[in-house]
Amino acid sequence: MPASVHANTTGLPRETAGRASYNKAQRRASVQALLLALPLIVFLLSTFIAPIAMLLARSVQNHEVAGSMPALTQALNAWDGRDIPGEPTFALLASGLKQAQESGQLGAVARRLNFAQPEFRSLLMRTARNIRGDVPKAWKPALIGIDERWNSPEVWRLLKRAAESPTPDYLLAAMDAQVTPQGAIASMPANASVYREAFVRTISISATVTLLCLVLGYPVAWLLANLPAKTGNRLMLFVIVPFWTSLLVRTTAWYVLLQPGGVINSVLSGLGLATHPVPLIFNRTGVLIGMTHVLLPYMILAIYSVMKSVSPVYVRAAKSLGAHPFTAFVRIYVPQTLPGIGAGCFLVFVLALGYYITPALLGGAGDEMISQLIAMQTNTQLNWGLAGALSAYLVIFTAIFYFLFNRIVGIDRLRFG
Amino acid sequence: MRTRLKAQCAALALLAIAGVTTQAAETLNVVTFGGALEAAAKKAWMDPFTQSNGTQFSLESYDGGLAKLSAMEQAKNTTWDLIDLETNDAITACDEGLLRKFDKRSLGKTSDFIPGSISDCAVASMVWSTVYAYDSSKLKNAPTTVNDFFDVQKFPGKRGLRKSPKVAMEWALIADGVDPKDVYKVLGTPAGVDRAFKKLDTIKKNIVWWESGAQAPQLLADGAVVMVQAYNGRIDDAVKKDHKPFKAVWDAQVYDFEWWGIPSGAKHADLASKFIVSQAQPKASSDLAKYIAYAPPRKDAVALVDKQRLADMPTAPDNFKRAVQINANFWADNADAINKRFQVWLTQ
Repeated sequence: MPASVHANTTGLPRETAGRASYNKAQRRASVQALLLALPLIVFLLSTFIAPIAMLLARSVQNHEVAGSMPALTQALNAWDGRDIPGEPTFALLASGLKQAQESGQLGAVARRLNFAQPEFRSLLMRTARNIRGDVPKAWKPALIGIDERWNSPEVWRLLKRAAESPTPDYLLAAMDAQVTPQGAIASMPANASVYREAFVRTISISATVTLLCLVLGYPVAWLLANLPAKTGNRLMLFVIVPFWTSLLVRTTAWYVLLQPGGVINSVLSGLGLATHPVPLIFNRTGVLIGMTHVLLPYMILAIYSVMKSVSPVYVRAAKSLGAHPFTAFVRIYVPQTLPGIGAGCFLVFVLALGYYITPALLGGAGDEMISQLIAMQTNTQLNWGLAGALSAYLVIFTAIFYFLFNRIVGIDRLRFG
Repeated sequence: MRTRLKAQCAALALLAIAGVTTQAAETLNVVTFGGALEAAAKKAWMDPFTQSNGTQFSLESYDGGLAKLSAMEQAKNTTWDLIDLETNDAITACDEGLLRKFDKRSLGKTSDFIPGSISDCAVASMVWSTVYAYDSSKLKNAPTTVNDFFDVQKFPGKRGLRKSPKVAMEWALIADGVDPKDVYKVLGTPAGVDRAFKKLDTIKKNIVWWESGAQAPQLLADGAVVMVQAYNGRIDDAVKKDHKPFKAVWDAQVYDFEWWGIPSGAKHADLASKFIVSQAQPKASSDLAKYIAYAPPRKDAVALVDKQRLADMPTAPDNFKRAVQINANFWADNADAINKRFQVWLTQ
């Protein structure tokens, strides 16, 4: 043992040297483990953590105006925001617009300002078109001549706000709030408040789906866990095959089944149970049916894996001590499956929060979930700041839910299989 | 040893030559809205282009919007060479520097183009329209005006509408008595927006919303709706190819140009502009109409379209009486605000 030899020569006590070498070996092992995990860590950082961080960062970034018109931004920062700014600022606006147009960034600036106020885009575009010609003696009257709106301090205040980075505007807008000209935070008018309600709707749909999955999945899991292995495994296929089938395929299948002229309605009217087609699709019913079906396997598998390991002796003991079978089930069996119930509910709820395709295809106008609104801001409105802010709230909510779940159930008790 | 080296050299040389020849036949990456439109563009424009100079086409489809293009340009890795764009996207993309400026001179004489069909960055490829259609085997009374779309007493049943305030707002106002010429004047005022929503309220319970163009004829075929808002080409395609008894109602059709644009970072930009010039020639421009009911954006090409076929086109005189051209500028300014109200209205 080289370590002990080494210890003897330096005169250290044997035990300390042993511990040191043990620690060293431990450290080496953990470094080796880290090296082995390194590819995965790099992969996760570059494809998962970094893009999410970048998207979240977008919710407070505000580079459009500051980046393409730096001189104007400086002047606006210095401006007190009361009366209309003076000639130098007007001149900077004109030169800034020209520059932005040449570098192809005017559109991004215009879009950013249109987010603050409708028709700000056309104001900027029209102004930019009309200043291409000769340089006037004074820009202030010239710009006001092009559009009267440049004479309003409100327009300049919006420009000043849009030039500030970082900005709270997106995070506020995602909660249907805005900063008033006086600087206070106020709610948006009711006919422009979309997101708070959408968040509540998303959570309520997810919670309902979780509950439905639990009610439907628990008996199935129990059956699978308690049947003879051969039959159980065979029945397990009915859970596994849908689990392996693409989400889109299953959603489309429900579309075919649920539509007014679809299989279910034809059967109902054929049996004389319904005179008019029952509305099963393009409403909340359709969303709940589709999402519950898609997410059910997660619940069943999570509970099943725990039930498999529950020993039957406790229930037997309870019964032999005189407990009613029902009491024995509820008081002895169910508590032992709680980790599975916790894991299943956690999985289903968190997955449901981000659902997109199923509510889009099976839902109606009142069933939009938050991810559909995020997709709209990302794809059609191109407002990635707002998309980032909405995503940030979704991430924060999921994190809070995780924290509460960890506190109440304990994440270390989760078992997924 | 030496012979083996020689053989290796020869193989390498062969590979190099092969590499050069495959490079000569370049591939253009074209992105379109897919479906019937892509098939028609392939037959009318791409196949002849391949025949003339060997260019191969790699086709991809998308649902509009600039998110992907914008992300590609930001990452400086643009894999698209040519994009099929809606007007509002063509304007925005040009403003934001996502598209290359197009040299109008390369088109030759442009006096035959319909005014407004050539912009700084894009060239119109066709005129298409949003109409509504019904199944003539199911509706005994034929609806004829946009008012009928909003009349649930006369025509009970569900209506399919695109989940967007565009066109829906315009139709609501026209059905409420606004002259098609004044639609955007009225819609530009808060009272006008209120008025449009009020009219939409009257059919709200009967609306089935769709999001992608292919869903519209499908809803009608499934019997999920009695009438559906749709792109005229999709309806025509269902009639001609699938022999569906669908009929389009042209009253208050909302028409628009479709555009070709070249991304700023396109790797085959020159070839893409050559393609744009070739499909803009009168003969080629009129050829598209053989395969899909979208009209050429130039007058001399309209003259080359078969007379009978012309009746299916948005620009046919009978169809064009109360037509509205979508005001892309209005929507660029107001889409944010109206979309938000639309979202709120949807969930109320």
